Amino acid sequence: MTDTTHQAAVRSAAGPEPAVPVPVPAPRRTRVWRGLTPWLFLLAPLALLITFTYAPIANMVAYSFTDWDGVSPELHYTGAHNYTELFTRPELFEVFWVSGYYLAASAVQIAAALYFATILSFNVRFRNFFKGLLFFPYLINGVAIAFVFLYFFQDGGTLDSVLSLLGLHSDHAWLGTPVSANVSLAGVSVWRYTGLNFVLFLGAVQSIPGELYEAAELDGANRWQQFRHIIAPGIRPVLALTVILSISGSLSAFEIPYIMTGGATGTETFVIQTVKLAFQFNKTGLASAAAVVLLLIILAVTWLQRRLVPDDKVDLV
Amino acid sequence: MTRRAVARTLMYLSLIAASVVVLLPLGVVFLTSLKSDKEMANDSGALTLPDDPLNFHNYVTAFQDGRMLSAFANTAIILVFAIGGTVLIGSMTAYAIDRFTFRFKKLVVALFLLAALVPGVTTQVATFQIVNSFGMFNTLWAPIALYMGTDIVSIYIFLQFVRSIPASLDEAARIDGANAFTIYRKIIFPLLKPAIATVVIVKGITVYNDFYIPFLYMPSQDLGVISTSLFRFKGPFGAHWETISAGAILVILPTLIVFLCLQRYIYNGFTRGATR
Repeated sequence: MTDTTHQAAVRSAAGPEPAVPVPVPAPRRTRVWRGLTPWLFLLAPLALLITFTYAPIANMVAYSFTDWDGVSPELHYTGAHNYTELFTRPELFEVFWVSGYYLAASAVQIAAALYFATILSFNVRFRNFFKGLLFFPYLINGVAIAFVFLYFFQDGGTLDSVLSLLGLHSDHAWLGTPVSANVSLAGVSVWRYTGLNFVLFLGAVQSIPGELYEAAELDGANRWQQFRHIIAPGIRPVLALTVILSISGSLSAFEIPYIMTGGATGTETFVIQTVKLAFQFNKTGLASAAAVVLLLIILAVTWLQRRLVPDDKVDLV
Repeated sequence: MTRRAVARTLMYLSLIAASVVVLLPLGVVFLTSLKSDKEMANDSGALTLPDDPLNFHNYVTAFQDGRMLSAFANTAIILVFAIGGTVLIGSMTAYAIDRFTFRFKKLVVALFLLAALVPGVTTQVATFQIVNSFGMFNTLWAPIALYMGTDIVSIYIFLQFVRSIPASLDEAARIDGANAFTIYRKIIFPLLKPAIATVVIVKGITVYNDFYIPFLYMPSQDLGVISTSLFRFKGPFGAHWETISAGAILVILPTLIVFLCLQRYIYNGFTRGATR
């Protein structure tokens, strides 16, 4: 925050000026000041941006070509060895398949969010109540959500109790097998994130002028046709954005699986694996390579979206 | 006519079903938080009501043994500094970018734009080394600096707002002899109030909920924030679901209160934040 001191200094220096009728100051000095002013404002932001975003990226790329363990002063250049290891050792790359569960969950999530956004954009009783209820899970602390659902899936927990209430007695260990555990965890992510997608869609749907519906109704369009021809085109940009957010979110899933299962029983995601490589096994080089791969994939996906939906300005508020 | 009625009924049914799905897991945890360990032991099932609905014993345990008080204090400190810093930095950046023409402006804007695409989780491996080299590891400054320095979304929000403030206001002030800093402090900043409210709320909730950064950078017991302190319930309270539940409810409650009070701002804020 060196900037503040600068500002203070400048202010006190400039303070007495308005009191005296000032002659026109030397144009050259003014020009220098004018040129410098924006940089004084940008000093702190740029310093932080470079220190905590760009320097790490640069370092990360550099580490990824070494065998550094993150502690020792010694490190050796190993070329692309980390990358070949990442792509050839199946157990390292396998974790990407886990993202598949989260991707499938995103599809469910987007469908549910679309459905609820559509029906709640019509005249519905207790609309605000339902809106709040659907959105609230998104605001809850991730650790709290993880605990809530650990209890939910526990032996004799919420889910088993509800099932036995319905006459289904199961002693299925929900987090016990890889498939079941991943489906359960992906379900939690649907529970958590549907609300955000829903509110985004709802905002887009509500920004469509009401006369369009009235005109459509006069023309005899039913609800499905209204959705197909009025709502769907109206929310296309937000939908594209949501898809990107979901894909990068699925690839970088971490919090819920890490807290709930710690990556056990085949629920390890790419980020969990990277964190473990870096901070448990001290393989900073390999972890950096993994992080670079993930970053590149996410950037590629984003780039693809920008190409597919060129310059659709998303403007809701 | 009847078809319409059926459709309406189905619609309400789906809404009720969604409500049950949202509320059931939370409700059961709330019920569990009010049960005694004896009730938990006799295995009466998760859906039974607690014997004494005013049994706050578990909350006391969670608060005292779970170090929730110091967690709330640490979180509060981080919140104040991180939000204050974010507001200052975001508004200054937005002002500089929108109101000045200078060399390399395109490059600066591109740097901020590009940074928004980089997901924080991916770079922590290397960020860790930098934070460590500043001696900020295991101090409250690590999360404060990271929350402050890597928030591109709030810069966007401020940028949108600064654009909507007519430049003629600046001009008028400049003619009256105000310099750029006075204009920022006396004109732009006060007019940014709605944007500041949005950023404070969105940032506040994000910081309050963040687990990854405090977990990585502050392993010390004394520096537990809400998320990490609750996370540590897993060890000592292992199978004591009534205590863990009380802890979870304690963490959720402030969020619920804030949400009920500031609903409109929260929807706007998160929509803005996501669609930037």
